[in-house]
Amino acid sequence: MGLGRHTTQSGQAGLMDIFTPQPASYLRELDPRVRVACTFAFALAVTFLSHLPSLIIALATGALLTHLSRKPWKRILKRTAVLNLFLLLLGLSLAVSIPGEILYLVGPFMLSREGLTLGLVILLRANAILLTVTALLGSMEPPNLGFALYRLGVPASFTHILLFMIRYIEVIHVEYHRLRDAMQTRAFEPATNLHTFRSFGYLIGLLLVRSLDRSNRVLAAMKCRGFYGRYHVMQTLTWERRDTSFTVAAILVVLVMIVLEIM
Amino acid sequence: MNDPLIQLKNLSFAYDAERPVLDGLSLDLQRGQRLGLIGGNGSGKTTLLHLIVGLIKPRSGRVVVFGQTRSGERDFKEVRRRVGLVFQDADDQLFCPTVLEDVAFGPRNLGCSIEEARESAVTTLRNLGLEGFENRVTYRLSGGEKRLVALATVLAMKPDVLLLDEPGGNLDETSRARLTEILASLPQTILLVTHEPELLNRVATDVVRLENGAVKGTTSRP
Ligand SMILES: Nc1ncnc2c1ncn2[C@@H]1O[C@H](COP(=O)(O)OP(=O)(O)OP(=O)(O)O)[C@@H](O)[C@H]1O
Ligand SMILES: [Mg+2]
Repeated sequence: MGLGRHTTQSGQAGLMDIFTPQPASYLRELDPRVRVACTFAFALAVTFLSHLPSLIIALATGALLTHLSRKPWKRILKRTAVLNLFLLLLGLSLAVSIPGEILYLVGPFMLSREGLTLGLVILLRANAILLTVTALLGSMEPPNLGFALYRLGVPASFTHILLFMIRYIEVIHVEYHRLRDAMQTRAFEPATNLHTFRSFGYLIGLLLVRSLDRSNRVLAAMKCRGFYGRYHVMQTLTWERRDTSFTVAAILVVLVMIVLEIM
Repeated sequence: MNDPLIQLKNLSFAYDAERPVLDGLSLDLQRGQRLGLIGGNGSGKTTLLHLIVGLIKPRSGRVVVFGQTRSGERDFKEVRRRVGLVFQDADDQLFCPTVLEDVAFGPRNLGCSIEEARESAVTTLRNLGLEGFENRVTYRLSGGEKRLVALATVLAMKPDVLLLDEPGGNLDETSRARLTEILASLPQTILLVTHEPELLNRVATDVVRLENGAVKGTTSRP
């Protein structure tokens, strides 16, 4: 099994998703700068919310954006499932451990109103932010993300690092599978013994060496094509009407959330 | 002027001191020449190409390109704008998410506008029979497709000299035949490293062999 996984076109590994063309949608048409800035502002605002009405608006915004991004809900829910399970457990442990007005008695445990509310707040905040980030930034090709960050004033070296990190996570992933396959085709079965530990040691060591090597060769190839620190994006950014209207809408939503929060 | 485009004079190079890879190598590449470079695995062919574009520096000897001795990074920057190296491993060459971006990367670095770069990328791809590949994801191409796209990334820069490191590897019969046609029809001066007799016969006008760190005899072909 696993052989040739890194060369298949089907792209079953989740990591590869970052480069698959995203479904065409209204959000994709937006200026990347707008998307990055609005996401940042929204996420920042949401982290300060603690009242139910404003949090529900935040969550609804996230859901609306997800709907607009035209990504299949099923995939999104599956992805958020792990996080939500974790948050539920966290919420429960908060409910048990934070003292306050007792709502329920479950065996020896007392669930407090304060604890439950805190758990719920965290759950809502996390989901609102997660949905928004997936919808607005998840549909963005990495070069655009890098370019947007750069245009918003993030230093060029940082955006380069980010871009190349995104690009080479995949390469390292592929390299890892290549090595794993090489091991498995020679009947390697992981177990708890020295042979396994040593083999994994080699695997990780070789992975690091190879990645470093490849990064040097890629840089060399880039230099051969005239790269000296300036990354050109194949896209011109033009500010459209929809960018203005989206920004205005985003500002309104954030304001409404803040007002509801203060009231 | 009849000066060679590329002159290697008495080059020596070693990755580690005990095992010299190149040892007093001299080689001329004339304008319009298509020189085939053969030699066993590990004889130093790739090393030689990397020395020409200054990715590694010789221990002794001189690299003369376009009539000037090149030594510092600044010298080689100019060399790399006019000498296109296609790497032996296409995975080293392709790093952009999409084919179009990768092919347009070089022209952009040469100062072309986005439109010019796109234009030149699309034309190059079409000439190589790669229409419709523009938005393909580079790392999901097959080995052979990667090779052709890697060639495109260099051709799009319209270099004066092409250094090709085993361009035929991984190609099927059809693609290989097409590559041979393409290379044979290119106007550029070419230094071609290959193990394939067929490619050598069709493309190279002269052949030299790299052996024990130096170049052995030129066989001229009609
Ligand atoms: N980065 C490196 N570090 C140390 N030694 C190296 C390195 N790269 C190559 N070598 C050694 O230098 C010698 C020449 O390598 P080179 O890649 O130039 O050979 P080649 O003629 O291109 O071979 P092939 O036909 O297999 O591609 C080999 O013995 C190789 O082991
Ligand atoms: Mg080689």
